[in-house]
Amino acid sequence: MSTLPHLPALRGGRPYESLEKTDIMDHFTGEVVAVVSQVNAGILKKDLQKIGAGRTALRKFTVAQLVEISAKAGELFLNGTLPLGDKGHTQTAEQYVHTLSGTSGLPHVMVRRNMAKIHYALTHVGTVLNGLTRGLPLEVIDRGYGEQSGAAVSYYPTTQALGLVMPSNSPAVNSLWLPSIALKTPVVIKPGREEPWTPYRLIQAFIAAGAPPEAFGFYPTDHEGAGEVMRLCGRALIFGDANTVAQYRDNPKFSVHGPGFSKVLIGDDCVEQWPEYIDLIAASIAENGGRSCVNASAVVVPRFGREIAEALALKLGPIQPLRSDDEGAKLSGFANPKMADYIDGAIEDGLKTPGAEDVTARHRGGDRKVVFEGGTFLQPTIVLCDSFKHPLANREFLCPYASVVEVPQADMLKEIGASLVVTAITKDPGFTSELLDSPLIERLNLGPISTMKISWDQPHEGNMFEFLYKRRSIERA
Amino acid sequence: MTTPSPEAAKAQLEAHLREIIQWHFSPETGCSFWLNWAAKAGWDPRAEVQSVADLLKFPHFEDEWLRDLQPEVWVPKAYAGRPFNIFETGGTTGMPKQRIGWEDYKVDYSEFSDKISDEHFPRNHYWLMMGPTGPRRLRLAIEHLANVRGSSCYFIDLDPRWVKRLITNKHFDQAKAYMDHVVDQAANILKHRKVSGLFTTPKLLEALAERVDIWDAGIRGVFCGGTTMLPQYTRFIVEEVLENRIGFYPTYGNTLMGLAASVPLTPEDQYSITYYAPQPRAILRVVDPEHTENTVEYDAWGRVELTTLTREFFMPRFLERDEAIRRKPRNQYAWDGVAEVRPFGAMQKTIVEGVY
Repeated sequence: MSTLPHLPALRGGRPYESLEKTDIMDHFTGEVVAVVSQVNAGILKKDLQKIGAGRTALRKFTVAQLVEISAKAGELFLNGTLPLGDKGHTQTAEQYVHTLSGTSGLPHVMVRRNMAKIHYALTHVGTVLNGLTRGLPLEVIDRGYGEQSGAAVSYYPTTQALGLVMPSNSPAVNSLWLPSIALKTPVVIKPGREEPWTPYRLIQAFIAAGAPPEAFGFYPTDHEGAGEVMRLCGRALIFGDANTVAQYRDNPKFSVHGPGFSKVLIGDDCVEQWPEYIDLIAASIAENGGRSCVNASAVVVPRFGREIAEALALKLGPIQPLRSDDEGAKLSGFANPKMADYIDGAIEDGLKTPGAEDVTARHRGGDRKVVFEGGTFLQPTIVLCDSFKHPLANREFLCPYASVVEVPQADMLKEIGASLVVTAITKDPGFTSELLDSPLIERLNLGPISTMKISWDQPHEGNMFEFLYKRRSIERA
Repeated sequence: MTTPSPEAAKAQLEAHLREIIQWHFSPETGCSFWLNWAAKAGWDPRAEVQSVADLLKFPHFEDEWLRDLQPEVWVPKAYAGRPFNIFETGGTTGMPKQRIGWEDYKVDYSEFSDKISDEHFPRNHYWLMMGPTGPRRLRLAIEHLANVRGSSCYFIDLDPRWVKRLITNKHFDQAKAYMDHVVDQAANILKHRKVSGLFTTPKLLEALAERVDIWDAGIRGVFCGGTTMLPQYTRFIVEEVLENRIGFYPTYGNTLMGLAASVPLTPEDQYSITYYAPQPRAILRVVDPEHTENTVEYDAWGRVELTTLTREFFMPRFLERDEAIRRKPRNQYAWDGVAEVRPFGAMQKTIVEGVY
């Protein structure tokens, strides 16, 4: 057995060792912990011509069986010892936590939280499907037709495979594709450069649980290869910054997962009680190291903006980096320190425009960007902006960051723009009605609920079933 | 083919070098450019250049000379009055480098014919070239190669300058459409005509193979050149595009040098292609980019330096826009090779290569 694990590409489940490999390094020590085979775009094109085999393999199972397999995979993912690469290495759950933490900068405690989310998603695929399909009997998917609420229904798959161009920032985003296996749709995954671990472990968990290997493509590749995943899979999920995802928006082939621009809004009726909500707002901003699209990146209030910003700064500003195995660790390191430089620079640039103040600056006692035990971190930042037009008012960064902006309640929905999650702290029926009517909000939390809370049976970012299946009209003689 | 010893190869090269220097710097035979250059330089290469090491007495050949000067300055006096071909290099925009010539391309490609097998390129048959024709030497060279083997060649043009411009301006959809247009034409020829030999670039080969089963279409040998072919990509071409059953002949070359053939790949090569210059007509060195008088160690990366030594054209120490690994002599080549050629600085910046 060679010393370093090697993650091969998986071509319809078959390991493929490329002559071109990249090193994955520990974020703190710079030590190489694994090598990953990189494939060229041509290989993807070749394999996608034969992707029907993956679907054929999944069609041998019923949806109910695949739901069971998913649940088993969830247990294996959370607790099992699974193959790691093709050189005889294995990986326990604890090793997964250490390795992912070491290479991504996520503290162990956050990796475990992400694992728990994925485990929950896998062990509740039945519930998830029930939510996504609004109670469609699963046999309808097996047979292609049937009845729902007394009406004839028929669904057909929109694609032979689901393409995924994954990010490196947060392992739990993998939970988005998990239902596709139960929906008999093979996956073609281009993992994030610094985070091949989670998709690889998930694939191994599925295979160990009895899923057919042919249903899994794992293709570490370059920009051109990622483009082929998007182009050739009939349906694909793309994650990335606003520029990356802009080219794929408004095309029904793609489910776009860019910045969430999630927000907390407080109505006129509740804003006097703002101190009661500070813990909730702080958690919405900073949980998971502020890396999720469901983290709040703006707090919009009609009054008390400065007071709220000060209170948040007082709570979040002093948060310091801790060792990754410290249970109290709240900040994530940057596997790529250049990203931290970029974010720090972007915030500083924004502050040069009059009308914004980094309220956290005096509470953190030093620079925003710090190097701790060899890792690079960004400490939380709360910026008080004088209007939503300020360049820092509606920004999202890969760290605990939020603006606080005073906007009259009547103008809030005109100002905030598209938001993945909005937590609206209000009991005002009129404002609630406006919020419910707003097409800008993907998920709406009414009342003091963290923006981080998601419901697996309610899609907050596209409905995977409607993405992978289409209804047709049917008549049988 | 007998393999000369390194000593014999060196002796042959140096004898050739002295003859070429004599030719280009003698008023009876040389061209006005080099005669004027020597007059200004104040030294006589005929006296001072006796060995390959003496080539270091020349500065690096400047590519502006091929852009700025009229072609006639390069005509050796001995060839005065003979019409010449004007060939242009590569895929850049603006005034291209131009090299004039008469027979060199025929010499290079006739020699190359001995390095490709009849199994892969059957004699008395048909070829297809899909790639840059236009003002490039390659177009006539490929036709000559086919003719030498008793064959004739169909041509599909690709204008690399246009492709580079499209890619530089991020018009990727237009670049794709243009590539499709080129490949459509090739697929059409393969559908309606008997063709066994193919010259193209790796990217176009890949695109063609997505469109047609090239084995079923009759192709038995592919002669490729043009862009970077890193080991994994070469492996992909050999294993998955050519399915280990179509002969693959990667080459490295350009209008200024001619054609450097590659040695057949062995399992130990791990698909790392090594090319050998057509010595004595050209010398390739892999030099330290900071101290170009020095070559790098074997198996180390450096910048490619080309010296062309024919009666038609003398070009000392031209620094190519490529970098490569220096390899030891091998097979019938008793001189250094260059491997895994890629654009100079490829690891530091993105370089537009397009489909060419």
